[in-house]
Amino acid sequence: MEFEAVVGMEVHVEINSKSKVFCGCSADFHAGPNTNVCPVCLGMPGVLPVLNVDMVNKSVAVGLALNCAISRWSKLDRKNYFYPDMAKNYQISQYDLPLCQNGWIEIDLDGQTKRIGITRAHIEEDTARNTHTIAGNQSGVDFNRSGVALLEIVTEPDIRSAKEAFAYLTALKQLLQYLDVSDCNMEEGSLRAEANISVRPVGQEQFGTKTEVKNVASFSGVFKAIEFEIARHIKLINSGGKVVQETRGWDADRGITVPQRLKESAHDYRYFPEPDLVPIVVDEAWEQRIRESLPELPAARRSRMGTQYGLSAYDANVITLSQDTANYYERVVAVGADAKKAANWLMGELQALLSAAKQEITDCRVTPADLAALIGLIDSGAINGKMAKDIIAEMFETGKAPQDIVKEQGLSQITDTGAIEDIIRKVLADNPAQVGQFRSGKEQVFGFLVGQVMRATQGKANPALLNDLLRRELSRQEN
Amino acid sequence: MTTPLYKKTVREIRDAVRSGALTAVEVTEAHLARIADVDPKVDAFTQIWTDEALAQAAAVDAKVKQGIDPGPLAGVPVGVKELICTRTGKTTCASKILENFRSPYDATIIQKLDAAGAVFLGKVNMDEFAMGSSTERSTIKTTKNPWNLKCVPGGSSGGSAAAISADECAIALGSDTGGSIRQPAALCGCVGIKPTYGRVSRFGLVAFASSLDQIGPLTKNVEDAALSLNTLCGRDPRDATSADLPVPDFTKALTGDVKGLRIGLPKEYFTEALNAEMREKVEAAVDVFKSGGAEIVPVSLPHTDYAIATYYIICTAEASANLARFDGVRYGYRNPAAKTVEEMYVLSKSEAFGPEVRRRIMLGTYVLSSGYYDAYYLKAQKVRRLIKKDFDDAFEKCDFVMGPTSPIPTFEFGAKTENPLEMYLADIYTISVNLATLPGISIPCGLTASGLPAGLQLIGRPFGEETLLRAAHCYEQTSGTTLGDPPIA
Repeated sequence: MEFEAVVGMEVHVEINSKSKVFCGCSADFHAGPNTNVCPVCLGMPGVLPVLNVDMVNKSVAVGLALNCAISRWSKLDRKNYFYPDMAKNYQISQYDLPLCQNGWIEIDLDGQTKRIGITRAHIEEDTARNTHTIAGNQSGVDFNRSGVALLEIVTEPDIRSAKEAFAYLTALKQLLQYLDVSDCNMEEGSLRAEANISVRPVGQEQFGTKTEVKNVASFSGVFKAIEFEIARHIKLINSGGKVVQETRGWDADRGITVPQRLKESAHDYRYFPEPDLVPIVVDEAWEQRIRESLPELPAARRSRMGTQYGLSAYDANVITLSQDTANYYERVVAVGADAKKAANWLMGELQALLSAAKQEITDCRVTPADLAALIGLIDSGAINGKMAKDIIAEMFETGKAPQDIVKEQGLSQITDTGAIEDIIRKVLADNPAQVGQFRSGKEQVFGFLVGQVMRATQGKANPALLNDLLRRELSRQEN
Repeated sequence: MTTPLYKKTVREIRDAVRSGALTAVEVTEAHLARIADVDPKVDAFTQIWTDEALAQAAAVDAKVKQGIDPGPLAGVPVGVKELICTRTGKTTCASKILENFRSPYDATIIQKLDAAGAVFLGKVNMDEFAMGSSTERSTIKTTKNPWNLKCVPGGSSGGSAAAISADECAIALGSDTGGSIRQPAALCGCVGIKPTYGRVSRFGLVAFASSLDQIGPLTKNVEDAALSLNTLCGRDPRDATSADLPVPDFTKALTGDVKGLRIGLPKEYFTEALNAEMREKVEAAVDVFKSGGAEIVPVSLPHTDYAIATYYIICTAEASANLARFDGVRYGYRNPAAKTVEEMYVLSKSEAFGPEVRRRIMLGTYVLSSGYYDAYYLKAQKVRRLIKKDFDDAFEKCDFVMGPTSPIPTFEFGAKTENPLEMYLADIYTISVNLATLPGISIPCGLTASGLPAGLQLIGRPFGEETLLRAAHCYEQTSGTTLGDPPIA
């Protein structure tokens, strides 16, 4: 029997508000344990939560970017369960009336786009962090993270493979970074993804039994965990077994999922409206204000830049992957560089240097103007491509302008016909055997001769000029 | 013979302290002496902050000497209910689970009173976590009614009411979730007002039922209540449910007349459930208003019968979540025998919560459980709206609603502890007011034949405290029914 996977994702995003969602404490939870805490986020007796408006603004922005309907009236609810990382033993969340509903996001699958439905995005607070001694006899709780603003984004069960899940996370992260609402660092837990996975025979409408996979610390981990679960489900069913609905954790070291011990045996969260907070009322004017403040989003930018600069779909995709790269590119072109060449240099040489140095484009010492200048030097024939590669490495290292490097190292290209002709004659005289082979029809030897001439000029000859002059000299000598 | 200092009203004290006629230290010492004298019998106070109070008073006096405004409640001695957070002393909620708890912060109203020059004498008793109508649910001590030491002071703010009645302080802070200010005020013969929900910040009030809780003052007379509200009321950025409305000078409302006011008498408040003597007192009060020129109109609050059931679903649901935080993890009692996390929860809570608190947590957990939520919690919310609508309809015909505060006068210890339902009935006239988020005031309206106080309740429109104070003050001035001193000394 052939099976198809059905996957839905739940992503918790830590929103980068300066303060926590219900109190004024700093949201920096990397500080020393229990330093960014106050009576409110410690759940002391008598305290009350007050909703952080910045969180609402950012959540509405995400909702709009995800094509969601923004609720005119939504509320917060209490989700009740006991655990030592819960200051109040209930979490303030949104139950039946989330702030954002019914949206979608487009994902890219090798050039094809697919729309993934967004069920909802809602506001909630993060929990504290428990740590345990290795011996297991003592536990500590760090409340710095307690009350940090979270946005939970839930998809429809529209995802059909691990690859699609990966593409979804990529697109979502890109969107969130464009909106500048989260640093989306999965290792540090500012983006946490859980997948609900089931399989069903192809053609069957009804969903199979699902499992939920948690504890995944990277996108590739999500990919592997989903692949593993799909295979596990299919194998179970094919061998006459049954999938048990449960929560499983991803064991990255062993590359498998394992059943997770549940926090509470029976999950009855006893949700009810949070009486300490007033409803969130986002009127049309408020929504409009946020809509107008949205930056150009990835899909729009991709398509605009493709058209405006004549970029291929692939190039436009790569360049707009991050807003910073796209901004950099547009600055290079703005000062006059050829759009296609700018794309090639950015995605090629510069990206290779950045990757090797593990640097972000924002830290790059090569300014957009300098990259444009470099491309200009090639266009004008002042330097050739090979020289340019050495120059950009130097620019990357030192931050110097390309003109200065050229001047300092005397790197200008030889465009003097007479000088090149002299060298060609000398090379041909030194290599009579190869000249003979060429004349007898061995065309490949031409390349060898070009190389010899280039070497004799220390790479400074204009390659096109060299080619022309070499051919002319060879045919002249033959006659 | 001059009136002893402890008999003085808020107005008298603050005027004398501000003018320099009396020092705040003198006033404080007089009240501390009064507490030393009568509290061994009454047991209203759970903590007495002698040193801190005298230091506060000295600071007020220093301001007066330096010509700095010492505030509108300069030198006024205040008793604080055990569930209001104070940096000074402990905040125990009269529960074993918080028996050693010290709050790291002051409630907003504590900050406001402090800034107004008030002097905190200490904390006063209550039912554990404000769950009760007799203060018998305190795990600290048994507070007695100054009018009859064999009887309860009412509850849950029984310590507050007894302290006022016994002249141990001039303002006692209470909290009212279903009648916890008004019912003890009635039973102890003092004035108690529950302001409109949202009038007074709840920040620092340990929550029982968040959508019903409201802080208010208990005082010797209506003017003192108005003066207290002037300081207590107002928007608090730390309480999202506090109302963003200007705070009037409530004393300006005390015009001394009720001419033209329309008073609604709900027929549902005058049934067989109402003790005959209480009915007589309330009816006599109605006559006082009538002769003062008020118009009496019959009104109906048809959903009154459902109030208690509705209340006990909503308040227990909220309480089950509010009290979940008392788990022994960060503060409060932790059972030392617990070996696992679950044992820590179960053993600590089972041992340190009293029977009424446990009962309400279980009830609340039940009504929120999946499968029961719609039948209980959701339905109760709908009935709550109907109860509110009853009042809206009544206020079409009248300016405020009037009736008894409690169906019965005070009762002897142990009389109702065996049957929780009978205890719940003590609040039948007060509970609807919280459900409808309205203001309500209880004022004394005479003594029964056996010398026990009766209380008259006035219920106002949302944020209609001024009308209530005006009418209550006029009654107080014209009825001629002063209770005199309780027979404790």
